[in-house]
Amino acid sequence: MISLTINGQRVEVEPETTILQAAEKLGIFIPTFCYDPELTLVGACRMCVVEVEKARALVASCCTPVGEGMVVHTDTERVHAARKANLNLLLANHPLDCLTCEKTGNCRLQDYCYLYGVSESEYSGDRKNYEPDATNPFFVRNMNKCILCGLCVRKCHEINGAGAIEFMNRGFDSKVTAAFDDPLENSSCVFCGMCVDACPVGALTPKQGLRKGRPWELTAVKTVCPYCGTGCGLELYVKGNEIVGIKGDALSPVNRGLTCVKGHFGIDFLQSPERLTRPLIRKNGELVESSWEEALELVAGKLKEVKGTELAGLSSARATNEENYLFQKLLRSLGTNNIDHCARL
Amino acid sequence: MTNSIGEIENAQALFVIGSNTTETHPVIGYRVKMAQKKGASLIVADPRRIELAEYADVFLQLRPGTNEALLNGMINVIIQEGLADEGFIRERTEGYEEMAAAVLKYTPEYVEGITGVAAEDLRQAARLYAGADSAAILYTMGITQHTKGTDSVLAVANLAMVSGNIGKPCSGVNPLRGQNNVQGACDMGALPVVFTGYQRVDNEDALSKFKKAWGVKLNSQPGLTVTEIFDSILQGKIKALYVMGENPALSDANLHHVMEALEKLDFLVVQDIFLTETAALADVVLPAAAFAEKQGTFTNTERRVQMVRQAVNPPGEAKPDWLILQELAYKLGIEWHYETPEDIFQEIALLTPSYAGISYQRLEEEGGLQWPCTDGEHPGTPYLHQGKFSRGKGLFTPVEYRPPAEEPDEEYPLVLTTGRNLFHYHTGTMTRRSNGINAFKPEEMVQISIDDAARLGINEGDMVEITSRRGHVKARAAVTEKVPPGIIFMTFHFHEAAANLLTNNEVDPVAKIPELKVCAVKVEKTEP
Repeated sequence: MISLTINGQRVEVEPETTILQAAEKLGIFIPTFCYDPELTLVGACRMCVVEVEKARALVASCCTPVGEGMVVHTDTERVHAARKANLNLLLANHPLDCLTCEKTGNCRLQDYCYLYGVSESEYSGDRKNYEPDATNPFFVRNMNKCILCGLCVRKCHEINGAGAIEFMNRGFDSKVTAAFDDPLENSSCVFCGMCVDACPVGALTPKQGLRKGRPWELTAVKTVCPYCGTGCGLELYVKGNEIVGIKGDALSPVNRGLTCVKGHFGIDFLQSPERLTRPLIRKNGELVESSWEEALELVAGKLKEVKGTELAGLSSARATNEENYLFQKLLRSLGTNNIDHCARL
Repeated sequence: MTNSIGEIENAQALFVIGSNTTETHPVIGYRVKMAQKKGASLIVADPRRIELAEYADVFLQLRPGTNEALLNGMINVIIQEGLADEGFIRERTEGYEEMAAAVLKYTPEYVEGITGVAAEDLRQAARLYAGADSAAILYTMGITQHTKGTDSVLAVANLAMVSGNIGKPCSGVNPLRGQNNVQGACDMGALPVVFTGYQRVDNEDALSKFKKAWGVKLNSQPGLTVTEIFDSILQGKIKALYVMGENPALSDANLHHVMEALEKLDFLVVQDIFLTETAALADVVLPAAAFAEKQGTFTNTERRVQMVRQAVNPPGEAKPDWLILQELAYKLGIEWHYETPEDIFQEIALLTPSYAGISYQRLEEEGGLQWPCTDGEHPGTPYLHQGKFSRGKGLFTPVEYRPPAEEPDEEYPLVLTTGRNLFHYHTGTMTRRSNGINAFKPEEMVQISIDDAARLGINEGDMVEITSRRGHVKARAAVTEKVPPGIIFMTFHFHEAAANLLTNNEVDPVAKIPELKVCAVKVEKTEP
């Protein structure tokens, strides 16, 4: 074990632990843009810089391993000045349209500017002026807001493997794009949405929730994805009676926040105008709306007419355990074991 | 799955057979790719050059319907090259000698003649799989949807046991279940032969236990599977069908046969969230609540029971399935008194040993539990068969290769194999009504090889007609290197081009699974 001191508190950690992880263990907050524990460490954003006694310069805590006897300070004037300078540089080229930006209230750039009291940039100069790209059906890409942290690029390459996006050009002209700067739908992108969940600012915005609610107006409901058998944890963001956003549940042991296109962007069928809202009964060859009372009476009457094994039932691999249990209980209680579902299909 | 999803990442070798994991189980697919990047050997066997083939150390592009020959061949190599785990075979299994004798003739060269896989590639695959300290097999319907699917599953088990790759972390046999709660539906006894937790209806103890608990008379005669149900309807033995949240009019093999049966019924009631192709034929349709509109539990492919929570209200007068079932039961003179799904779950736990230790409270506190979880203190079971198999000793079963029920001939010279794509799900009931997904992938694209397309004068995007002995459909062609000459691939997501009009409803004699993965077809260019 390695012993070090952070802000006057001693902590013991495994070798190879980073200063950031050691600080997390003590509950000490360090701001980051480009850090994600699932991804390669790049130390690119420099927001996580801290002061290490006897070190020549400030170090990026996300990718600096701890050392025996190290003395770290995370909240000195020197550290604050560096982080403020960083924010100043980012804001010099970032739209301040927070009033209408979907990310407001959930934006790390906004949060850190608030924390360090940076309201506008001290620098002036050219600004990026890209046309927002809304051509794909799932999310809007506004590269004027991108802070080039690279989380999306690494998610795409390291977790998904699609490798659809990459940095293009250098310096001021740096931009995250698909090959040839083509729209994503013409690339190898499979729209898993993990880049959208990873983006710390408002550069990537799902279309489903546009102008549907601010983060503080939404209730997060944790549940399980209704598609394949993996059972990924999802967080559904609800306002009123509408689901306006979906994210992978980072705390789920199954998917640790990872998603695919169906779970991330395929839940809007719930709001389809084609949903069945009333029972239907066939009358003169046509299905017409009825009351529950009439429909259930009719079904019960017909089921009473058939004897035991003349009845069969197909239960549902989409329904809950409780519902499948009751379905077989009902049919078996009526004298038939002719019960199956689509496990074979 | 005998293992957990989280174990995949740490396996030293992964053998993926008959599973297009990155499209059908994308998040598990990420884990497979991560494992490979961390240094795991990856062996992929599939008739199509699927995405994982690009990551594989060895890619075995076998002919459709030849799984057992390939698996027997790998076992042959493992035994011949002294890679078998003799200690495991001796202590944990029985029937080895008979199995070993059966695979003797499946030399890599003999297997090459059946599967088309080069003998040296097969040897390499066997060495990588058996030589690793931990090796997990992942498979899906590419193994099971054949007239000899049961044999293939037995061959998979033989392979795992001969190399001792089961009953350990990161080592096991892992069928990836295809639907959110197909594992749970099986666990809950939505099957013809078993009550919950696989307690057989013809077992006297189980029967009397459920009779007593439910206070009803019960039938001890095992029921019929879905494929047999449709046959029995046509024979006039089944007169009424109750379908809850399934769409056989698009999902089952040989749809003409299914439709004929559905139309012959005296009474069909369908309970669903949309007017599916099946619901459209019903006498009564009951509107159900969807997953986000109710509470309950799902059990995933790694046997993890997880809480499903209500986020919004059902539309209009739609109700949760459990409530509809209870109200219908009442009309039938059966009085249940469940006030919440939790009441039902408590009854399940009481009657199901593998679920006995699971409660809503624990699921809330512990974030899911993997069965078997036999009492309130039991932590759940991340991997199965540790130290001992459920039946005691692991049983080797000799398996012989048999050809598929229908093979290509002069009239129908191509093999059609079916499956899913990344964007859509099953019969499209949900994804076809998801605006973004349906806008992005609005239609079927039948995959055809470059050679076959050239021979038939078909270009990318051309409309083609696909015909089998059972039906014909039209779809646009995707000319691709993913399929080899002689094979075409379709999904079953699109009612406009329903692949199951073509598929063969010949079934496996044991599992009664239709041969959805192999049938003979011809393809012609046609007008849109």
